[in-house]
Amino acid sequence: MNPFRSCPTTGLKVHRTADQLIKANAVVATVALLVGGIAALLVLLTRWEAVLLLEAEMFYRMLTVHGMNMLIFFIIFFEMAVLYFASAVLLNCRVPAPKIGWVAFVLMVVGTLMVEWTMWTGRADVLFTSYVPLRAHPLFYLGVILFAVGALTVVGHFFAIITVARKEKAYEGSLPLVTYGALTAAAIAAVTLLHGAIIYIPTFLWSLDMMNVDPQMYRLIWWGLGHSSQQINVAAMVAIWYLLGAFTVGAVVLNEKVSRTAFVLYVLFISMASAHHLLVDPGMGPSWKVWNTSYFMYMAVLASMIHGFTVPAGTELGMRLRGATQGLFGWLKRAPWGDPGFSSLVFSIVVFGFVGGITGVTFGTEQINIIAHNTLRIPGHFHATVVSGTAMAFMGITYYVIPLIFRREIAFYRLARIQPYLFAIGMLIFSMAMTFAGTFGVPRRHWDIGFNQALFQPEFSPAVNLIIGVMAVGGLIAIVGGAIYIVVTVVSVFFGRKMAADDSGLGATGRGLPPGITNPPRALKPEDKEALGPSGRLGPVPGTMVLVLIFLAAFITYYFVNWKLLSFLWEVG
Amino acid sequence: MYRTGIEPPERIWWKKVGRHEKVWVWIAFAWCMVLFAMMPLWHLRGGQNPSGIRHRVDPADYQARVLEFVQEYQVGTDNGLPVVEPPPGSDVYLQASQYAWIPVVRLRQGAEYTLHLSSLDVNHGFSLYPLNINFQVVPGYDYGLRVVPNEPGEFHVMCNEFCGIGHHLMIGKIIVVPDDAAAEGGAGPGGDR
Repeated sequence: MNPFRSCPTTGLKVHRTADQLIKANAVVATVALLVGGIAALLVLLTRWEAVLLLEAEMFYRMLTVHGMNMLIFFIIFFEMAVLYFASAVLLNCRVPAPKIGWVAFVLMVVGTLMVEWTMWTGRADVLFTSYVPLRAHPLFYLGVILFAVGALTVVGHFFAIITVARKEKAYEGSLPLVTYGALTAAAIAAVTLLHGAIIYIPTFLWSLDMMNVDPQMYRLIWWGLGHSSQQINVAAMVAIWYLLGAFTVGAVVLNEKVSRTAFVLYVLFISMASAHHLLVDPGMGPSWKVWNTSYFMYMAVLASMIHGFTVPAGTELGMRLRGATQGLFGWLKRAPWGDPGFSSLVFSIVVFGFVGGITGVTFGTEQINIIAHNTLRIPGHFHATVVSGTAMAFMGITYYVIPLIFRREIAFYRLARIQPYLFAIGMLIFSMAMTFAGTFGVPRRHWDIGFNQALFQPEFSPAVNLIIGVMAVGGLIAIVGGAIYIVVTVVSVFFGRKMAADDSGLGATGRGLPPGITNPPRALKPEDKEALGPSGRLGPVPGTMVLVLIFLAAFITYYFVNWKLLSFLWEVG
Repeated sequence: MYRTGIEPPERIWWKKVGRHEKVWVWIAFAWCMVLFAMMPLWHLRGGQNPSGIRHRVDPADYQARVLEFVQEYQVGTDNGLPVVEPPPGSDVYLQASQYAWIPVVRLRQGAEYTLHLSSLDVNHGFSLYPLNINFQVVPGYDYGLRVVPNEPGEFHVMCNEFCGIGHHLMIGKIIVVPDDAAAEGGAGPGGDR
């Protein structure tokens, strides 16, 4: 049998092993999302004081399950699929070592099952961070190690695929930007997983009473894994932004140099991210904290601010070149808002930037962290980045992966079209309410802020009850959006209408295919640029220029309001 | 000619950047420099910094130091916990352990103290409510923070780092007595009950 199939929609050659590895990883990712999602519902209904569903022990257990399944298993399995897609599929290349691909996959699954077993049987009630000296069953740590080794193998395999593609001249010129972005994500993954090995191996030995682990050292190295791995998510997410832009509206790359340099900035300062969690720790001094928390003078923030411009700008310019030239925002009006890939892209950028990015940089300031550390502001921040940003982008690309890779139509397509709206709006309400509750000092990871049976009963202002209620409503909307995503993907993948081998889907109407497939953006011609004419004072992408300036104004305001809040406190130092 | 992000560009992609894109990069860069400068600046001019006096300490030694501190300055009890009132300028030792903050401390408004935080067992989180001042408490490390309470009142210390099943029970108390009341020797709000 020919090891390749030809994709009738894109004309790309797809290696069958790549096909299968993408499917396997994507399916496990979705199962992890389901498990983590059920835990999310239970955790949410417990933190909502009006319901307080679970007992304390079960609450912390489900919180552990939620964190591990979402932040490790769902995200990383999905990223493994992204790595195979961005290399073998986009580069028209074979997977050089199919067996290693499968061994890595099995290692990751076995590691996952070990961790799941220890968590569900109450042998690892240590939360996602498992701070030493809280103790879990040795298999918990061993499971994480196996998972990390498997993932590290996939990363190595990804580098091998790119090398082979280059050698066999599978593509001409340089790597496409999307693959380049995935490459930086893989480089970050290599560094991050190494931190994981450095900390989990001694911790595993410690759990067997074979050595000692210093609690502060654990926090330092663990967060080299825990926070740096979020940078894998960011790099993968941004790569998918460019990918979704290309699929849905034919977004162009304004300047390859700028976008690629921004990706490199993510890689360079990655190990410093650990500091964000240690700003009010006793183990490190101020100069270490200032230098590291800023990623070498905020160069990673600069990278995100660059992508925050280039992605919408590429979308705007791509649409203007195809005739959407009216006014500042005519292109937004003509955009395919009914394409779940496009709406996901927009929500992912907006919520990641405006809520996740601004809050994260502000809390990551050494002193401002005093009024944010371990309050609900922290999960408020990262639900805006990793959920509304990364997971939203992953959901958006799924609507293209199902027809392109699984060769199925999307089931319940109408539901799929509103899914990004439900999920994004729910998460937006949820994460903003969480952030707001955190400014009142409401702690994260806390079973009962009513403090029943505690020696003293601090009472939160009644406003907090209201905010927590809003948070719960937002969370429930998001969970409905997440559930629709799972139902749509599972039904599509296993029972969806099959596309014939030669079915490109082009020109189809009324079928479960996003418009980026049935009616893809037309190829650009040199005349398009001339037709656009000279640009005004705001340049070739005036709409984006206005949007980023609004963003900057919001950023500056939020940042200095926080300094002001800090200045009211007791003097401390 | 423009390309999308999934098409391979030509070999040399190091090309001149458009004027408006360049302007945004420079604006972003300038903002990043402001973000960076604010931290050292606040160390020089601002009142709230997490610097502190930091060193390693054996948990048993720290526990002994807390006990000594309590014996020296105890003025009463509250819910079974000792209440201590150290003189202004002194070192205050607060002990975190599953699931209590010991002791209850009474401070004077406007006076300076060095507040020591450490844990006897696992990680804990010092969170002063309702002010929302938060610090990590790590076993084996003594975090000595210079504090000046600027308003009187009764404050609670919540634990905000997950420390086990009884995490939510771990509430302590810090009372700040107003300047004038302290001068007259009377008990401020939140005195012995």
